[in-house]
Amino acid sequence: MHDKTLAELARGLAAGDFSSRELTSSLLERVKKHDPAINSFITVTDEQALKDADAADTLRHKGEAGILSGLPLAYKDIFCTEGVRTSAGSKMLDNFIAPYNATVVEKLRHAGTVSLGKTNMDEFAMGSSNENSYYGPVKNPWNPTLVPGGSSGGSAAAVAAGLVPAALGTDTGGSIRQPAAFCGITGLKPTYGRVSRYGMIAYASSLDQAGPMARTAEDCAMLMNVMAGHDARDSTSVARNVPDYTQGLDKPLNGLKIGLPVEYFGDGLSPEVETAVREAVRVYESLGAQVIDVSLPHTSMAIPAYYVIAPAEASSNLSRYDGVRFGHRCDDPADLEDLYKRTRAEGFGDEVKRRILIGTHTLSEGFFDAYYRKAQQVRRLIRQDFLDAFSRVDVLMGPAAPTTAFELGAKADPVQMYLQDIYTIAINLAGIPGISVPAGLVDNRPVGLQILGPHFGEAHLLNVAHVYQQATDWHQRRPEIKE
Amino acid sequence: MAIEHANVLRAAHLARLGVSDAQAERYVDDLSRILEMVDRLSEIDTQGVAPLSHPLDATQPLRADEAIEPDRRDTFQQIAPATADGLYLVPRVVE
Repeated sequence: MHDKTLAELARGLAAGDFSSRELTSSLLERVKKHDPAINSFITVTDEQALKDADAADTLRHKGEAGILSGLPLAYKDIFCTEGVRTSAGSKMLDNFIAPYNATVVEKLRHAGTVSLGKTNMDEFAMGSSNENSYYGPVKNPWNPTLVPGGSSGGSAAAVAAGLVPAALGTDTGGSIRQPAAFCGITGLKPTYGRVSRYGMIAYASSLDQAGPMARTAEDCAMLMNVMAGHDARDSTSVARNVPDYTQGLDKPLNGLKIGLPVEYFGDGLSPEVETAVREAVRVYESLGAQVIDVSLPHTSMAIPAYYVIAPAEASSNLSRYDGVRFGHRCDDPADLEDLYKRTRAEGFGDEVKRRILIGTHTLSEGFFDAYYRKAQQVRRLIRQDFLDAFSRVDVLMGPAAPTTAFELGAKADPVQMYLQDIYTIAINLAGIPGISVPAGLVDNRPVGLQILGPHFGEAHLLNVAHVYQQATDWHQRRPEIKE
Repeated sequence: MAIEHANVLRAAHLARLGVSDAQAERYVDDLSRILEMVDRLSEIDTQGVAPLSHPLDATQPLRADEAIEPDRRDTFQQIAPATADGLYLVPRVVE
């Protein structure tokens, strides 16, 4: 059962081939057996999962089950889950039991899904390798010496290892798409504002977005049908009609116009990754698509702009962790300032501190115009690049990351690590949706094809990804895991 | 723009983040390399370009000023490090 997609499992449950309790317990067994080596979960909520599975089975007997009833999934540990520790991968929140559910958690719970627990992540979603977690690094199921990518590394690894059919992630600069690519799964970052951020621990509020990580585009579509939509509790969520993302997945791609950004195929791209991505593009041509080169001239400015805007927003968002209302508090503070300073020095890890310092510095008197204002101006130019490109083509395609998964410990220099996100970060600055789909293996390491669309173009992206997955089998490849 | 030891200590103080002198030294090195990368922004002419703070260029919607959340003080204070009589406790700030 662990190899099946959400859609297959939904059909199995509906046909009575197995119950949600059978499915849930078999996956919990796999978590117990395999996760000590992978470390993809921070918290496993087995008792609650079995209770929820039983409730789903009862509903099904009564004929009241919905499409997602009884289907297991997992949440990146950045989504607040009532009564369950929500750590954001940080010592600061190691003792934080969330007093409410995030809106997406509430919606998916209402739809009958069964949560197996909370997945590992880079602390406060800051990282591209999942090595910045207070709970230790996650290992890539394809090869335990490799990183799974980050920051949603636990979600990606858990799905790839067959511990859970789908998981939720968040993406601020590539944190769904890059780990999806490194672990050989499908991950969608929706348009900014498409999914509520309420109850999602904030990193950079103008960039953060939640999305599904699963084995297929079809599975992502099933989850998006529940996740997407306006939420009165998140004023940045967009009040706009939510289409049925599972309708139109099979629409033929005749005449699809694909743009290849020349900047995404330049220096720094591994030749093997390029070969795999160009092969995927040829598959699209064989399906009737036309391919042209386009330019996104400000591509090289995306990482510099991001490392002003994201840390600036983070330094503000993370000021709430003060040792007063929840989370870690230092012992025996001498006075209030000592309480703040030691609590924060003890509770935050190295990368989080770097970003708080950068953000505080660039927002401080005398530096604001040169950094923050300038970065926001460049952000507009970056977004305009995409708007111009989408006036000529329907989608853009390229690699999700410049290389396949790298070795644990290989990128000790923070700037080297930041450069990993060269193909994903501009998408968050522009607010557009992007999806990574498995498109090859290089030395048994998965390659991700990234497909980008205009604002609110998720349904089309899922269609374009799904038709590719009907024509290829890269998404069906699984890492070898000793049973 | 280079970052100096004093800038790091100032930022650490503004962020109420305990950083020792020795740690600040290490951050000078890390942050300088990050800012060097960020400084490439100055290569771009942005004269007349309006800053973009929201990717959909949206402005903050306002709602009616009504209390819509229930009072859950007791629940929220269960996870606080120190409380008494419904208040959060911190070291004495007024003598």
